[in-house]
Amino acid sequence: MTKDVFLPCGKKETASLRAGDTVYISGTIYTARDCAHREMFALLDAEKPVPFDIKDAFIYYAGPCPAKEGNASGSCGPTTSARMEGFAPRLLDLGLGGMIGKGEMNAETIEAVRRNGAVYFAAIGGAGALYGKRIKMSELVAFPELLSEAVYRLEVERFPAVVAIDPEGNTIYDKR
Amino acid sequence: MRDIDTSEIEEKLTGLIREAEYRLTPGCEKALKAARGEETCPYARFALDTALENAEISKEGVYPLCQDTGLAVVMLEIGRGVRFTGKPLSDAVNSGVRRAYSEGLRKSVCDPLTRKNTGDNTPAYIHTEIVEGDEVKITFLPKGFGSENMSKLYMLKPAQGTEGVIDAIVKTVEEAGSRPCPPVYVGVGIGSTFDGAAYLSKKALCRDVGTHSEREDVAAIEAEALKRINALGIGCQGFKGDTTAIGVACEVAPTHIAGLPVAVNIQCHCVRCAKGVV
Repeated sequence: MTKDVFLPCGKKETASLRAGDTVYISGTIYTARDCAHREMFALLDAEKPVPFDIKDAFIYYAGPCPAKEGNASGSCGPTTSARMEGFAPRLLDLGLGGMIGKGEMNAETIEAVRRNGAVYFAAIGGAGALYGKRIKMSELVAFPELLSEAVYRLEVERFPAVVAIDPEGNTIYDKR
Repeated sequence: MRDIDTSEIEEKLTGLIREAEYRLTPGCEKALKAARGEETCPYARFALDTALENAEISKEGVYPLCQDTGLAVVMLEIGRGVRFTGKPLSDAVNSGVRRAYSEGLRKSVCDPLTRKNTGDNTPAYIHTEIVEGDEVKITFLPKGFGSENMSKLYMLKPAQGTEGVIDAIVKTVEEAGSRPCPPVYVGVGIGSTFDGAAYLSKKALCRDVGTHSEREDVAAIEAEALKRINALGIGCQGFKGDTTAIGVACEVAPTHIAGLPVAVNIQCHCVRCAKGVV
Protein backbone atom coordinates (compact mmCIF):
# COMPACT_ATOMS: atom_id res chain seq x y z
CA MET A 1 0.00 0.00 0.00
CA THR A 2 1.26 3.43 -0.93
CA LYS A 3 1.74 5.80 2.04
CA ASP A 4 1.12 9.56 2.07
CA VAL A 5 4.05 11.68 3.26
CA PHE A 6 3.66 15.40 4.02
CA LEU A 7 6.87 17.46 3.89
CA PRO A 8 8.54 18.98 5.80
CA CYS A 9 7.56 16.80 8.72
CA GLY A 10 10.62 16.33 10.93
CA LYS A 11 12.67 13.17 11.32
CA LYS A 12 10.31 11.54 13.85
CA GLU A 13 7.69 11.26 11.11
CA THR A 14 10.03 9.82 8.48
CA ALA A 15 11.73 7.41 10.92
CA SER A 16 9.26 4.61 10.14
CA LEU A 17 9.83 4.68 6.38
CA ARG A 18 11.57 1.62 4.96
CA ALA A 19 13.47 1.04 1.72
CA GLY A 20 11.00 -0.18 -0.89
CA ASP A 21 7.96 1.64 0.52
CA THR A 22 6.02 3.41 -2.21
CA VAL A 23 4.86 6.90 -1.20
CA TYR A 24 2.98 9.96 -2.43
CA ILE A 25 4.83 13.11 -1.35
CA SER A 26 2.91 16.35 -0.72
CA GLY A 27 4.01 19.66 0.78
CA THR A 28 6.95 22.04 0.36
CA ILE A 29 10.26 21.09 -1.28
CA TYR A 30 13.16 22.99 -2.89
CA THR A 31 14.72 22.36 -6.30
CA ALA A 32 18.51 22.40 -6.64
CA ARG A 33 20.83 20.67 -9.08
CA ASP A 34 24.50 20.91 -10.09
CA CYS A 35 25.02 24.67 -10.41
CA ALA A 36 22.74 25.61 -7.49
CA HIS A 37 24.68 23.24 -5.23
CA ARG A 38 27.93 24.85 -6.31
CA GLU A 39 26.50 28.30 -5.45
CA MET A 40 25.20 27.07 -2.07
CA PHE A 41 28.59 25.60 -1.21
CA ALA A 42 30.25 28.91 -2.08
CA LEU A 43 27.89 30.57 0.44
CA LEU A 44 28.62 27.95 3.12
CA ASP A 45 32.37 28.28 2.52
CA ALA A 46 32.00 32.04 3.07
CA GLU A 47 30.14 31.23 6.33
CA LYS A 48 26.87 32.57 4.93
CA PRO A 49 23.53 30.71 5.15
CA VAL A 50 22.00 28.86 2.19
CA PRO A 51 18.93 30.63 0.73
CA PHE A 52 16.33 28.54 2.63
CA ASP A 53 15.98 27.05 6.12
CA ILE A 54 17.80 23.78 5.68
CA LYS A 55 16.54 22.12 8.89
CA ASP A 56 14.26 19.22 7.90
CA ALA A 57 13.94 20.64 4.38
CA PHE A 58 13.89 18.38 1.32
CA ILE A 59 15.85 19.09 -1.84
CA TYR A 60 14.39 17.91 -5.13
CA TYR A 61 17.09 17.27 -7.73
CA ALA A 62 15.27 18.81 -10.68
CA GLY A 63 15.32 21.58 -13.27
CA PRO A 64 11.85 22.28 -14.68
CA CYS A 65 10.69 23.27 -18.14
CA PRO A 66 9.25 26.79 -18.25
CA ALA A 67 5.58 26.95 -17.20
CA LYS A 68 2.93 27.56 -19.82
CA GLU A 69 0.39 30.27 -19.10
CA GLY A 70 -1.88 29.45 -16.19
CA ASN A 71 0.32 26.65 -14.80
CA ALA A 72 2.60 26.75 -11.76
CA SER A 73 5.35 24.79 -13.51
CA GLY A 74 6.34 23.03 -16.68
CA SER A 75 7.48 19.40 -16.78
CA CYS A 76 9.61 18.68 -13.74
CA GLY A 77 10.85 15.14 -13.19
CA PRO A 78 13.90 14.14 -11.14
CA THR A 79 17.46 14.30 -12.45
CA THR A 80 20.32 11.87 -11.70
CA SER A 81 21.12 12.09 -7.99
CA ALA A 82 24.63 10.63 -8.32
CA ARG A 83 25.86 13.97 -9.67
CA MET A 84 25.05 15.54 -6.28
CA GLU A 85 26.87 12.93 -4.17
CA GLY A 86 29.71 15.37 -3.52
CA PHE A 87 27.24 17.80 -1.94
CA ALA A 88 24.63 15.70 -0.11
CA PRO A 89 26.58 14.54 2.98
CA ARG A 90 27.51 18.07 4.11
CA LEU A 91 23.92 19.31 3.68
CA LEU A 92 22.56 16.28 5.56
CA ASP A 93 24.99 17.01 8.42
CA LEU A 94 23.60 20.57 8.49
CA GLY A 95 20.10 19.19 9.13
CA LEU A 96 18.65 18.56 5.67
CA GLY A 97 15.67 16.20 6.02
CA GLY A 98 16.55 14.38 2.82
CA MET A 99 16.51 14.39 -0.93
CA ILE A 100 14.28 13.42 -3.84
CA GLY A 101 16.00 12.40 -7.08
CA LYS A 102 16.55 9.41 -9.28
CA GLY A 103 19.00 6.52 -9.22
CA GLU A 104 21.57 5.22 -6.79
CA MET A 105 23.69 7.35 -4.46
CA ASN A 106 27.14 6.35 -3.21
CA ALA A 107 28.23 4.82 0.11
CA GLU A 108 29.20 8.19 1.64
CA THR A 109 25.71 9.51 0.99
CA ILE A 110 24.05 6.36 2.33
CA GLU A 111 26.15 6.69 5.51
CA ALA A 112 25.23 10.40 5.85
CA VAL A 113 21.53 9.55 5.47
CA ARG A 114 21.86 6.88 8.18
CA ARG A 115 23.98 9.07 10.51
CA ASN A 116 21.36 11.82 10.37
CA GLY A 117 18.23 9.65 10.25
CA ALA A 118 17.33 11.30 6.95
CA VAL A 119 15.69 9.68 3.91
CA TYR A 120 16.27 9.57 0.14
CA PHE A 121 13.28 9.15 -2.13
CA ALA A 122 13.66 7.92 -5.73
CA ALA A 123 11.10 9.62 -7.93
CA ILE A 124 10.44 8.16 -11.39
CA GLY A 125 12.79 9.55 -14.02
CA GLY A 126 11.18 10.38 -17.33
CA ALA A 127 7.80 11.19 -15.79
CA GLY A 128 8.26 14.96 -15.98
CA ALA A 129 4.76 15.72 -17.25
CA LEU A 130 3.13 13.93 -14.30
CA TYR A 131 5.33 15.67 -11.71
CA GLY A 132 4.98 19.06 -13.42
CA LYS A 133 1.19 18.83 -13.33
CA ARG A 134 1.28 18.05 -9.61
CA ILE A 135 3.23 21.21 -8.74
CA LYS A 136 0.68 23.67 -7.44
CA MET A 137 2.98 26.60 -6.68
CA SER A 138 6.52 27.48 -7.73
CA GLU A 139 8.45 30.45 -6.38
CA LEU A 140 11.99 31.53 -7.25
CA VAL A 141 14.14 31.50 -4.11
CA ALA A 142 17.69 32.13 -5.32
CA PHE A 143 20.15 32.26 -8.24
CA PRO A 144 17.75 33.48 -11.00
CA GLU A 145 20.69 33.64 -13.44
CA LEU A 146 20.75 29.81 -13.38
CA LEU A 147 17.37 29.70 -15.21
CA SER A 148 15.99 26.15 -14.95
CA GLU A 149 18.82 25.33 -12.53
CA ALA A 150 17.84 28.03 -10.00
CA VAL A 151 16.44 27.21 -6.55
CA TYR A 152 12.62 27.15 -6.52
CA ARG A 153 10.27 26.54 -3.58
CA LEU A 154 7.59 24.13 -4.78
CA GLU A 155 4.22 23.20 -3.30
CA VAL A 156 3.50 19.71 -4.56
CA GLU A 157 0.66 17.19 -4.40
CA ARG A 158 1.05 13.42 -4.45
CA PHE A 159 4.47 13.00 -6.07
CA PRO A 160 4.93 9.25 -6.60
CA ALA A 161 8.26 7.98 -5.21
CA VAL A 162 9.94 4.97 -3.65
CA VAL A 163 11.97 5.09 -0.42
CA ALA A 164 15.42 4.33 -1.85
CA ILE A 165 17.60 4.93 1.24
CA ASP A 166 15.77 4.69 4.55
CA PRO A 167 16.75 6.34 7.88
CA GLU A 168 18.53 3.13 8.94
CA GLY A 169 20.69 3.22 5.81
CA ASN A 170 19.00 0.33 3.99
CA THR A 171 18.71 0.80 0.25
CA ILE A 172 16.37 -0.46 -2.40
CA TYR A 173 19.26 -1.07 -4.78
CA ASP A 174 20.66 -4.06 -2.92
CA LYS A 175 17.27 -5.64 -2.26
CA ARG A 176 15.27 -8.41 -3.97
CA MET B 1 15.61 20.08 -59.97
CA ARG B 2 12.99 20.92 -57.37
CA ASP B 3 13.27 24.23 -55.51
CA ILE B 4 12.53 24.10 -51.79
CA ASP B 5 12.54 27.28 -49.73
CA THR B 6 14.33 26.47 -46.48
CA SER B 7 11.46 28.16 -44.60
CA GLU B 8 9.45 25.00 -45.47
CA ILE B 9 12.08 22.90 -43.66
CA GLU B 10 11.88 25.26 -40.68
CA GLU B 11 8.09 25.03 -40.58
CA LYS B 12 8.05 21.25 -40.83
CA LEU B 13 10.77 20.83 -38.18
CA THR B 14 8.97 23.12 -35.73
CA GLY B 15 5.92 20.88 -36.04
CA LEU B 16 7.99 17.70 -35.62
CA ILE B 17 9.57 19.04 -32.42
CA ARG B 18 6.13 19.81 -30.98
CA GLU B 19 4.98 16.32 -31.92
CA ALA B 20 8.01 14.47 -30.53
CA GLU B 21 8.16 16.16 -27.13
CA TYR B 22 4.59 15.19 -26.14
CA ARG B 23 4.25 11.64 -27.46
CA LEU B 24 6.19 8.43 -26.97
CA THR B 25 6.91 6.65 -30.23
CA PRO B 26 4.25 3.94 -30.87
CA GLY B 27 6.82 1.17 -30.46
CA CYS B 28 8.01 2.56 -27.14
CA GLU B 29 4.52 2.89 -25.68
CA LYS B 30 3.69 -0.66 -26.73
CA ALA B 31 6.94 -1.99 -25.22
CA LEU B 32 6.37 -0.19 -21.90
CA LYS B 33 2.83 -1.59 -21.66
CA ALA B 34 4.16 -5.09 -22.32
CA ALA B 35 6.88 -4.62 -19.70
CA ARG B 36 4.25 -3.45 -17.16
CA GLY B 37 2.17 -6.55 -17.87
CA GLU B 38 5.06 -8.90 -17.19
CA GLU B 39 6.70 -7.08 -14.28
CA THR B 40 6.93 -9.03 -11.01
CA CYS B 41 8.73 -6.47 -8.80
CA PRO B 42 6.15 -4.27 -7.01
CA TYR B 43 8.08 -1.00 -7.04
CA ALA B 44 9.21 -1.48 -10.65
CA ARG B 45 5.48 -1.95 -11.46
CA PHE B 46 4.76 1.29 -9.57
CA ALA B 47 7.44 3.03 -11.66
CA LEU B 48 6.10 1.65 -14.98
CA ASP B 49 2.55 2.67 -14.05
CA THR B 50 3.86 6.16 -13.34
CA ALA B 51 5.65 6.27 -16.72
CA LEU B 52 2.50 5.17 -18.58
CA GLU B 53 0.34 7.69 -16.69
CA ASN B 54 2.95 10.32 -17.57
CA ALA B 55 2.57 9.50 -21.27
CA GLU B 56 -1.21 10.02 -21.04
CA ILE B 57 -0.80 13.42 -19.33
CA SER B 58 1.73 14.54 -21.92
CA LYS B 59 -0.57 13.66 -24.83
CA GLU B 60 -2.77 16.59 -23.75
CA GLY B 61 0.01 18.79 -25.18
CA VAL B 62 0.67 20.97 -22.12
CA TYR B 63 3.49 19.19 -20.28
CA PRO B 64 6.32 17.66 -22.32
CA LEU B 65 7.04 14.00 -21.52
CA CYS B 66 10.30 14.79 -19.73
CA GLN B 67 11.72 18.09 -18.48
CA ASP B 68 14.93 17.19 -20.29
CA THR B 69 13.56 18.16 -23.69
CA GLY B 70 16.97 17.39 -25.07
CA LEU B 71 19.69 18.61 -27.31
CA ALA B 72 18.07 18.86 -30.76
CA VAL B 73 19.45 16.20 -33.09
CA VAL B 74 18.22 16.80 -36.63
CA MET B 75 18.94 14.33 -39.42
CA LEU B 76 18.25 15.42 -42.97
CA GLU B 77 18.20 13.08 -45.95
CA ILE B 78 18.35 15.44 -48.89
CA GLY B 79 17.35 14.22 -52.33
CA ARG B 80 19.96 15.08 -54.92
CA GLY B 81 17.26 16.68 -57.06
CA VAL B 82 16.61 19.35 -54.43
CA ARG B 83 17.85 22.93 -54.75
CA PHE B 84 17.47 25.05 -51.61
CA THR B 85 16.37 28.66 -51.83
CA GLY B 86 15.98 31.21 -49.05
CA LYS B 87 18.19 31.39 -45.97
CA PRO B 88 21.00 28.88 -45.39
CA LEU B 89 19.76 25.42 -44.39
CA SER B 90 21.45 25.41 -40.97
CA ASP B 91 19.93 28.82 -40.16
CA ALA B 92 16.48 27.47 -41.04
CA VAL B 93 16.97 24.40 -38.82
CA ASN B 94 18.20 26.47 -35.88
CA SER B 95 15.36 28.91 -36.37
CA GLY B 96 12.89 26.02 -36.15
CA VAL B 97 14.54 24.78 -32.96
CA ARG B 98 14.50 28.27 -31.46
CA ARG B 99 10.79 28.71 -32.22
CA ALA B 100 9.69 25.32 -30.92
CA TYR B 101 11.77 25.51 -27.73
CA SER B 102 10.44 28.98 -26.89
CA GLU B 103 7.11 27.35 -25.97
CA GLY B 104 7.34 25.36 -22.74
CA LEU B 105 10.47 23.36 -23.60
CA ARG B 106 13.64 23.56 -21.51
CA LYS B 107 16.71 25.25 -22.91
CA SER B 108 19.45 22.73 -22.13
CA VAL B 109 22.36 23.80 -24.34
CA CYS B 110 25.41 25.55 -22.92
CA ASP B 111 29.08 26.27 -23.56
CA PRO B 112 31.07 23.15 -22.60
CA LEU B 113 33.57 25.08 -20.48
CA THR B 114 31.95 28.24 -19.13
CA ARG B 115 28.59 26.37 -18.85
CA LYS B 116 26.81 29.55 -20.02
CA ASN B 117 23.41 28.62 -21.47
CA THR B 118 22.90 29.64 -25.11
CA GLY B 119 19.37 30.63 -24.06
CA ASP B 120 17.39 29.16 -26.96
CA ASN B 121 18.50 25.51 -27.20
CA THR B 122 20.50 26.16 -30.35
CA PRO B 123 22.67 25.10 -32.01
CA ALA B 124 21.02 21.91 -33.19
CA TYR B 125 23.27 18.98 -34.01
CA ILE B 126 22.64 18.59 -37.74
CA HIS B 127 23.48 15.57 -39.86
CA THR B 128 22.96 15.63 -43.63
CA GLU B 129 23.07 12.85 -46.18
CA ILE B 130 22.57 13.16 -49.92
CA VAL B 131 20.17 10.51 -51.23
CA GLU B 132 18.21 9.80 -54.42
CA GLY B 133 15.04 11.71 -55.20
CA ASP B 134 13.73 15.26 -54.86
CA GLU B 135 12.44 15.27 -51.28
CA VAL B 136 13.93 16.09 -47.89
CA LYS B 137 13.31 13.58 -45.10
CA ILE B 138 13.59 15.13 -41.64
CA THR B 139 14.15 13.13 -38.45
CA PHE B 140 14.05 14.94 -35.12
CA LEU B 141 15.47 13.22 -32.04
CA PRO B 142 15.52 15.21 -28.79
CA LYS B 143 18.44 13.66 -26.92
CA GLY B 144 18.37 13.76 -23.14
CA PHE B 145 21.72 13.63 -21.43
CA GLY B 146 21.08 11.39 -18.42
CA SER B 147 21.23 8.58 -20.97
CA GLU B 148 23.68 10.23 -23.41
CA ASN B 149 26.23 10.44 -20.56
CA MET B 150 26.14 6.65 -20.19
CA SER B 151 27.01 5.99 -23.84
CA LYS B 152 30.34 4.41 -24.85
CA LEU B 153 32.58 3.87 -27.84
CA TYR B 154 34.82 0.81 -28.18
CA MET B 155 37.54 0.16 -30.73
CA LEU B 156 37.49 -3.65 -30.62
CA LYS B 157 39.95 -6.00 -32.26
CA PRO B 158 38.52 -7.71 -35.36
CA ALA B 159 39.15 -11.08 -33.68
CA GLN B 160 36.68 -10.19 -30.91
CA GLY B 161 33.92 -10.54 -33.50
CA THR B 162 30.23 -10.92 -32.75
CA GLU B 163 30.81 -12.02 -29.15
CA GLY B 164 32.93 -8.92 -28.51
CA VAL B 165 30.19 -6.70 -29.93
CA ILE B 166 27.52 -8.25 -27.72
CA ASP B 167 29.79 -8.05 -24.65
CA ALA B 168 30.40 -4.34 -25.32
CA ILE B 169 26.65 -3.63 -25.57
CA VAL B 170 25.79 -5.53 -22.38
CA LYS B 171 28.73 -4.07 -20.42
CA THR B 172 27.67 -0.51 -21.31
CA VAL B 173 24.15 -1.06 -20.03
CA GLU B 174 25.39 -2.84 -16.91
CA GLU B 175 27.80 -0.04 -15.99
CA ALA B 176 25.09 2.58 -16.57
CA GLY B 177 22.90 0.96 -13.89
CA SER B 178 19.93 3.13 -12.88
CA ARG B 179 21.38 6.39 -14.20
CA PRO B 180 20.03 6.46 -17.79
CA CYS B 181 16.40 5.87 -16.63
CA PRO B 182 15.91 2.22 -17.57
CA PRO B 183 14.22 0.41 -19.21
CA VAL B 184 16.51 1.78 -21.89
CA TYR B 185 16.52 1.64 -25.67
CA VAL B 186 20.00 0.84 -26.96
CA GLY B 187 21.29 2.18 -30.27
CA VAL B 188 24.42 0.48 -31.57
CA GLY B 189 26.72 1.46 -34.42
CA ILE B 190 28.97 -1.32 -35.70
CA GLY B 191 31.79 -0.59 -38.14
CA SER B 192 32.72 2.58 -40.06
CA THR B 193 35.19 4.84 -38.23
CA PHE B 194 35.59 6.22 -34.69
CA ASP B 195 33.05 8.98 -35.39
CA GLY B 196 31.09 7.04 -38.01
CA ALA B 197 30.17 4.33 -35.50
CA ALA B 198 28.79 6.98 -33.14
CA TYR B 199 26.66 8.44 -35.91
CA LEU B 200 25.34 4.97 -36.81
CA SER B 201 24.36 4.41 -33.16
CA LYS B 202 22.26 7.61 -33.23
CA LYS B 203 20.65 6.55 -36.49
CA ALA B 204 19.82 3.24 -34.85
CA LEU B 205 17.91 5.11 -32.11
CA CYS B 206 15.75 6.69 -34.81
CA ARG B 207 14.42 3.25 -35.73
CA ASP B 208 11.33 2.58 -33.62
CA VAL B 209 11.36 0.14 -30.72
CA GLY B 210 10.34 -3.33 -31.85
CA THR B 211 11.92 -3.13 -35.32
CA HIS B 212 14.76 -5.42 -36.33
CA SER B 213 17.74 -5.18 -38.65
CA GLU B 214 17.11 -6.52 -42.13
CA ARG B 215 20.39 -8.44 -41.92
CA GLU B 216 19.80 -11.76 -40.21
CA ASP B 217 23.18 -11.90 -38.45
CA VAL B 218 22.69 -8.33 -37.13
CA ALA B 219 19.13 -9.07 -35.98
CA ALA B 220 20.60 -12.04 -34.08
CA ILE B 221 23.04 -9.70 -32.29
CA GLU B 222 20.10 -7.43 -31.36
CA ALA B 223 18.12 -10.34 -29.94
CA GLU B 224 21.01 -11.90 -28.02
CA ALA B 225 22.15 -8.56 -26.54
CA LEU B 226 18.57 -7.76 -25.43
CA LYS B 227 18.21 -11.17 -23.80
CA ARG B 228 21.49 -10.77 -21.89
CA ILE B 229 20.66 -7.17 -20.83
CA ASN B 230 17.31 -8.30 -19.41
CA ALA B 231 19.09 -10.98 -17.41
CA LEU B 232 21.12 -8.26 -15.61
CA GLY B 233 18.28 -7.53 -13.18
CA ILE B 234 18.73 -3.73 -13.13
CA GLY B 235 15.07 -3.17 -13.96
CA CYS B 236 12.91 -0.07 -14.37
CA GLN B 237 14.67 2.86 -12.62
CA GLY B 238 17.24 0.45 -11.20
CA PHE B 239 14.54 -1.00 -8.92
CA LYS B 240 15.72 -4.57 -9.65
CA GLY B 241 12.76 -5.33 -11.90
CA ASP B 242 12.49 -7.68 -14.86
CA THR B 243 12.87 -5.29 -17.82
CA THR B 244 16.14 -3.38 -18.15
CA ALA B 245 15.88 -2.68 -21.89
CA ILE B 246 12.92 -2.46 -24.27
CA GLY B 247 15.07 -2.93 -27.35
CA VAL B 248 18.47 -3.05 -29.03
CA ALA B 249 18.84 -1.59 -32.53
CA CYS B 250 22.05 -2.06 -34.51
CA GLU B 251 23.16 -0.27 -37.67
CA VAL B 252 26.20 -1.51 -39.54
CA ALA B 253 28.64 -0.13 -42.12
CA PRO B 254 31.88 -1.48 -43.60
CA THR B 255 35.03 -0.71 -41.63
CA HIS B 256 38.83 -1.00 -42.00
CA ILE B 257 40.41 -4.50 -42.08
CA ALA B 258 42.30 -3.64 -38.87
CA GLY B 259 39.30 -2.44 -36.82
CA LEU B 260 35.90 -3.12 -35.29
CA PRO B 261 34.42 0.12 -33.91
CA VAL B 262 31.32 -0.32 -31.73
CA ALA B 263 29.37 2.67 -30.42
CA VAL B 264 26.62 2.17 -27.84
CA ASN B 265 24.23 5.09 -27.52
CA ILE B 266 21.73 4.81 -24.70
CA GLN B 267 18.22 6.26 -24.75
CA CYS B 268 15.97 6.41 -21.67
CA HIS B 269 12.49 4.83 -21.59
CA CYS B 270 11.03 8.09 -22.92
CA VAL B 271 11.72 7.35 -26.58
CA ARG B 272 10.83 10.48 -28.53
CA CYS B 273 11.42 10.76 -32.27
CA ALA B 274 9.42 12.32 -35.10
CA LYS B 275 9.83 12.05 -38.85
CA GLY B 276 8.46 14.08 -41.75
CA VAL B 277 9.00 14.78 -45.44
CA VAL B 278 9.12 18.04 -47.39
